[in-house]
Amino acid sequence: MLNLKGINKIFNEATPDEKVALDNITLDLKEGDFVTVIGSNGAGKSTMMNMISGALLPDFGHIKIDGKDVTRLPEYKRSQFIGRVFQDPMAGTAPTMTIEENLAIAYSRHQKRSLRIGVNKKRREFFKESLATLHLNLENRLNAKVGLLSGGERQALSLLMATFTKPNILLLDEHTAALDPSRAELITNLTKQLVEKDNLTTLMVTHNMQQAIDLGNRLIMMDKGQIILEVEPSAKKDLQIDDLMAEFQRIRGEKMVSDRTLLSV
Amino acid sequence: MFTAIFGSVEQGIIYAIMALGVYLTFRVLDFPDLTVDGSFVTGAATAATMITLGYNPIISTLCATLAGFVAGSITGLLHTKAKINPLLSGILMMIALYSINLRIMGLTIDTAVGRPNIPLANSDSLFTLFFGFWEKLGIDTALNNMLLSLGVEHVPNTWGTIFIMFVLTFAIKFTFDWFLKTEVGLAIRATGDNDKMIRSFSANTDTLVILGLGLSNGLVALSGALIAQYGKFADVGMGIGMIVIGLASVIIGEAIFGTKTIVRTTFAVIFGAIIYRIVLALALQVEFLDTGDMKLITAIIVVIALVVPTLRKKRKDKVRKAKRRAERALAERREAKTIA
Repeated sequence: MLNLKGINKIFNEATPDEKVALDNITLDLKEGDFVTVIGSNGAGKSTMMNMISGALLPDFGHIKIDGKDVTRLPEYKRSQFIGRVFQDPMAGTAPTMTIEENLAIAYSRHQKRSLRIGVNKKRREFFKESLATLHLNLENRLNAKVGLLSGGERQALSLLMATFTKPNILLLDEHTAALDPSRAELITNLTKQLVEKDNLTTLMVTHNMQQAIDLGNRLIMMDKGQIILEVEPSAKKDLQIDDLMAEFQRIRGEKMVSDRTLLSV
Repeated sequence: MFTAIFGSVEQGIIYAIMALGVYLTFRVLDFPDLTVDGSFVTGAATAATMITLGYNPIISTLCATLAGFVAGSITGLLHTKAKINPLLSGILMMIALYSINLRIMGLTIDTAVGRPNIPLANSDSLFTLFFGFWEKLGIDTALNNMLLSLGVEHVPNTWGTIFIMFVLTFAIKFTFDWFLKTEVGLAIRATGDNDKMIRSFSANTDTLVILGLGLSNGLVALSGALIAQYGKFADVGMGIGMIVIGLASVIIGEAIFGTKTIVRTTFAVIFGAIIYRIVLALALQVEFLDTGDMKLITAIIVVIALVVPTLRKKRKDKVRKAKRRAERALAERREAKTIA
């Protein structure tokens, strides 16, 4: 479903700030794969997500979605196939617009936008049904402005908006990191539920190792712009945090140093 | 007095179309577009030139609107494709339009390429076309007789302008409200609200910004074309400070009528434009003030409209805190008494 082949990216090339962000990344996701991505800060996780979404273009290498080469396709065209949820709960929704208007925007992802009314009766019913699956009582607040919702509610709405049109790829970039523990758990459970329901091909970046182990059928670990460890479905079932720490130490010959990584263990 | 206010309402409702355009860029798209000062004149110049050349006023007005749309789109292109800062894109387009407007009006004479103004005193206009039909209805006489019986001394020449403009402006308002609820309209609103988000839902924000600026300046030019036909002249300097007038209308309207929904806000903007004209007319009744002071008065009105809501909020806050403090003091005293 998603193929990355030899993706390279250097920021600020030929300046003193030069930084290798992605170093020959190759990754294949089959349909229905749910891959969690871990790694310390600056490992290239977010850069990889931005390459897939089209927010950044690779220096060289190829990206294919469903067999189609999208390497040079601009972000807005690519997002027909890609659902995204960002770390910042404010980033995925339009605050001055109502819940139903936000959903209508997400609903129009697949087709060309026209002069049809965004929220008609039929769609409103569908929006209500979809919102009901969140169990947050948002289905009774269709006309509330999204800016009035709490961070957790907004993130749940973002998640629904990213998934309810069944995108080919779902990208989750630390989408629970900015929430308090109970809200984060809620969103984690919703993620599991929504991804399983439509068998979505998913890539999720997280700093929470436990979450990385609990969710998904595959796991990759990144460091210094490379994928240094891939855990396949058969091995992932029995994976423990200690295994990951030990594995990192074995490969890099150093202790994993990231305050955030340690804190969230 | 009555005549002055009557005239203000007539003008206000025509300028309201321009204010709707300013609302679309400033508030909906969050794009401070200064093209307005130029595109307003472009509308006036195009309409005046075409009417002088003998075209039908309706066609001339439509072409003027289209010219504004093109001007706005170019500002959009400058910002999205050439990556020029929004303010600067607008200023560049505004200054370019100054020359273009001279050239447009220059098409009416053979002796020079540019022309700074066109009088329309004896030409047809949208209004004269409509009056031909309106006068047969006899509504003017009926309304004026009513006013005379109420003791008003100077009755207006015609109610036709107010009637046709109310119909036209509200038709535009309802179309505008509807448009902002369509899929494209929702996407334009989201572009102003959170452009990262709308891009992640497969919308081309560049196209949306260009479209929004085009529509906005189309409305502005339409307003300019109507003002030229209402005032019976077009002048290359008539657009100076137009953006501030538009902003004044938006801010006054929002402060008085609120912004809860789109439907309500567009209503607020229209009445903001009318109220602005009335305030200006009343200010000019003061002996000391001259028509040349209009821009200064406008600036002061905008400052007041911006400052008053903040001050009011502060005072309310202060009163609330004082009340709480008094209550707390009272409770403490009571407590002290019970202990004693």
